[in-house]
Formats: sequence, structure tokens, C-alpha cells
Amino acid sequence: MTDTRDVVIIGSGPAGYTAALYAARANLAPLVLKGLDAGGQLMLTTEVENYPGFADGIMGPELMDQMEKQAARFGAEILPVHVTEVDLSSRPFLVKAGDQEWRAETLIVATGATARWLGVPGEERLRGRGVSACATCDGFFFRDRELVVVGGGDTAMEEATFLTKFASKVTLVHRRDEFRASKVMQERALANPKIEVVWDSVIEEILGDSAVTGVRLRNVKTDETTEMATDGVFMAIGHDPTTGLFRGVLETDDEGYLRVQEPRTWTNIPGVFAAGDVTDRVYRQAVSAAGQGCKAAIDAERFLEAEGDH
Amino acid sequence: MANIGSVSDAEFQTTVLDSETPVLVDFWAEWCVPCHMVSPVVEEIGTEKGDGLKVVKLNIDENPQATRQYGVMSIPSLVLFKGGQEVARVIGAKPKDAILRDIDPHL
Repeated sequence: MTDTRDVVIIGSGPAGYTAALYAARANLAPLVLKGLDAGGQLMLTTEVENYPGFADGIMGPELMDQMEKQAARFGAEILPVHVTEVDLSSRPFLVKAGDQEWRAETLIVATGATARWLGVPGEERLRGRGVSACATCDGFFFRDRELVVVGGGDTAMEEATFLTKFASKVTLVHRRDEFRASKVMQERALANPKIEVVWDSVIEEILGDSAVTGVRLRNVKTDETTEMATDGVFMAIGHDPTTGLFRGVLETDDEGYLRVQEPRTWTNIPGVFAAGDVTDRVYRQAVSAAGQGCKAAIDAERFLEAEGDH
Repeated sequence: MANIGSVSDAEFQTTVLDSETPVLVDFWAEWCVPCHMVSPVVEEIGTEKGDGLKVVKLNIDENPQATRQYGVMSIPSLVLFKGGQEVARVIGAKPKDAILRDIDPHL
């Protein structure tokens, strides 16, 4: 007999845990399936300075640990498993993680987003040999080496700044002539004597046999191609929503984000709700994800209540 | 669980390279968040494979020699050794079936 739950939440970032907290406090005993990237993107960051309530900032992993404990305190069950398959064709929905399975009266999708890669020659081959998308994981290996960070958003600024702890020099490569990062992050990065910027440029190839030795850059304004020596390349060019489990089943917009009926968190399937970065092409903040997670739990609760009235 | 232990630089030759059975080495560190996700999966694989596979963890902070020798520049990295040679490598936290897909052909 398959275990049937009122609320199953896939994902364990700010959206997933906030949904779990609210559903738990509504006595719905939610089940959270954390996934392999448990805790979400904040687990790979350092200091979080823009989550309200923490005047002195908080470390990303610490914030997620607190969110998990807060949800657990009210009865959320949180399992360290990675969902491999869902069947949303009839209710209760089927959720599988390897050979384990559950039935869900309602499902909250909070799978977040995953780091984007460049898709240029050399990248795949040299991944883990100088090509990385996680500064906090791999920065350690580049003590006194020179690094490139690709991107122009907050993540790029944060990674570049973090990597100067290890690297002798960090070059930010950005395809435009200005950053879209927040002012405070830009100023911090640009004031750092170890950080240089190459504007208007894209990486066309990552060079090296057994480890990264350089990159081939193209200036998008002059079309000029140059080679630059470097020991590592860190990607910070944004994220794509993590929707592989729902392909062809849940509606997405043209960029692949799950479509919800704002201001609700309803997807196109009644009983399936979505929250956080998997739906959000605009804001993508921890606090906006948490807010939407709260909405999803309330939507799920009302959905179950409405059914109970029948 | 008898199958799972840790290995140091000093023991690397005898435990890994001289091993009769294939050895999956989990390069990890305390501060590496994704490593904590993948280690339980690796332990599970070790338990399931029984005598056919030895699984050991190598702390990269404490064992820089093997880390450097095998060019590990990203963790978690799982490296499969057979007859003293590297035969497969899985980089980054991946689900169990993806790890098995890379290592099973060598077992």
C-alpha cells in the first residue's frame, strides 16, 4: 500500500521549506523530498545580506539549516531523497524516488533553478579540471592561481569577490559594457585590487588538455579574438528552472519557467502548485521564493478544504 | 557497512592501488556542501555492491598528495580505480543512477 500524503513538497530551498512550515502549521504533515541539491542555491553562497530579519547578515547554509529546523519543529517530514519520476495524470499524484514512492493529494513544486553553462568547446571536457560553477566548492583548489569568472550579475560579483581569497587575480568576463548586478555588489567587486574586468567579451572556447590553461575570447563589438591564460573558469551566467520532471505535463513560459496563475500558485493541473525560482523569471530572490512558498502552502490548504466540503 | 572506510595519502597505495577489488574513492571535504549530499549515496552503493566494490572516502584537506596526483580540482569527485588505474570519474553531486551508469561498466 503506497503511503498517501496531503501535501508533498519537491525541493528544499527557501520556497520548499517555507511551504513546509506553513503546511505543517496547518496540520497537513507535509513530506519534503529534499533532492540532491538540498537547501538549494543558498547552500553554495556565503554571506546573505538581503534576507530580512538578519541585521548582520547570515551564512547561506546556516539560513537553510534554520529553515529546515523550523519546518521540522511543526511536524514536516523531511527526507534526503531525489525525486526521479512523477505521474500527475490522476490524483492522488504519484511521486517516485528510485524504488521509493508516495501518493500526494497535493503537490508543491519548488525545484528551483540550476546553474547555466556556456556550451562552448572545452567546457564539458574540462569540467572538474578547472571549469566549475561553484566557487565555494572549488575555489580552494586555486590558491595563488589566476581565474576567470564569467557573468555580470550578483552571482558573478559574489563569486569573483569570494575567489580573491584564494586566487592571485580574478578576471570578470562580461558580454556587455555594464553589469546588471546590484550597485553594492558591483562596487565591492570593482574596488577589489585583485579583480579586473574584460567588457564586451564572450568566451568562445576553453583551452587545455588535462586542465584549463586559458580561454579564447571574442570582443562582441570589434569581433577581435584573443587568448588569455588562466587556470580556471567559473560560470556565473545565471540559472535555468529545474523542470525536467514535469516536461510536457506542466505548462511553462517560453523560457521554460513553470507557469502559475498569479497571484495564485496554481499550475495548469489542479492540486499541483509551484513556487520559487522554478516559476520566477523576474525576481529570483530568497525572500521572494520564501513568500511564494508560503502562498503555495495556503493554496494547497484551501484546495484540500474546498474538496472536503463536497 | 564494513565495506566503507576512509583512506589517507599514506595508505593510498595499499588500500586503493594494490586492491584486488575495484575501489571507488570519494574525494571530499568538511566545508563542501554538495559532498555531504553525495557521501550517503556513495555509502549506499558500497553496501549494495558488497564484495564487488570497495568504497573509501578521502579528505582532501588532510591528504593533498593523492588529491594533487589525480588532478582533483572539484569536489565531490568520485574516482574509480581498478588494478591501480583510474577507470572512471564522476564529478559533482549526481543522483545514484547517474553514478552507477558511469561506474557499472567497469565492475
